[in-house]
Amino acid sequence: GYFSETQVKPSPKETKRQLCLSLSLSISVSSLHSLSLYPMDAHVAQLQMQYRNYILSLYQQGFLDDQFTELKSLQDDGTPDFVAEVLSLFFDDCVKLVGNMARALDQTGTVDFSQVGANVHQLKGSSSSVGAKRVKGLCINFKELCEAKNYEGCVRCLQQVDIEYKTLKAKLQDMFNLEKQIVQAGGIVPQVDIN
Amino acid sequence: MATKSMGDIEKIKKKLNVLIVDDDPLNLIIHEKIIKAIGGISQTANNGEEAVIIHRDGGSSFDLILMDKEMPERDGVSTTKKLREMEVKSMIVGVTSLADNEEERRAFMEAGLNHCLAKPLTKDKIIPLIN
Repeated sequence: GYFSETQVKPSPKETKRQLCLSLSLSISVSSLHSLSLYPMDAHVAQLQMQYRNYILSLYQQGFLDDQFTELKSLQDDGTPDFVAEVLSLFFDDCVKLVGNMARALDQTGTVDFSQVGANVHQLKGSSSSVGAKRVKGLCINFKELCEAKNYEGCVRCLQQVDIEYKTLKAKLQDMFNLEKQIVQAGGIVPQVDIN
Repeated sequence: MATKSMGDIEKIKKKLNVLIVDDDPLNLIIHEKIIKAIGGISQTANNGEEAVIIHRDGGSSFDLILMDKEMPERDGVSTTKKLREMEVKSMIVGVTSLADNEEERRAFMEAGLNHCLAKPLTKDKIIPLIN
């Protein structure tokens, strides 16, 4: 039993009082659970962990490289939108240059591969400047195809470049949305060490 | 008459004055930010011809000129040669693409560069040159 033979047993009144106390305590705890009160700090920590994992996955999957890390390091309290502004310029460049390449490859008659190549060179430079690793890699292949005057290869590569920059844009938008959620939840966007 | 203390003199550090010559707006923004991050101030020129005009008209003096190689109107090689003919004494650092071959890089250096760096530029690439 709960009590030893030698202990003094509580009176029935005391037992009833203790039972009521423990019952009211368990009701209070269950009320808290039913209200789903979730500490604010835990929510921010969860978002920050989600953010860290997302950033790491972008590097691991080859979407970004060290140059993106450099861009992030240049952002400060005085220019909190620096990375967003740079990326906006980059994606504007992508639209313009992919359009130029598509028009150059759409010529009936002789295709001016040097013109295509010049646009590829520019996109390679831009993608390198912002750390868009996959886009840069595609541009390197694309340049070789232009030099070889491989029309079908160029058309295929252009399609891949188009898909790749749009994919990156969507993923970076998700990244910025996560940053916004963290700030709105009262947290700080964490620095992510990718090494 | 009050004299400046050593502490005051130390505080009056001349900021690194940089001219960034590049036709790519994206590169101009990034390179300006890099220069600011290392404690410098910068002015930009969209091509080599603008860089020459800045030196001809303003009598400007820069500690460092970051010179892109491929630019319309006047490219980096021609601009560097011209600035050296104008007796510009600034450190001129060429910024090249990885696609440039050894011969192209050599021709750029021989135009009058002090150093050559490959894109993309980072703080870590520039700091050793100015130190």
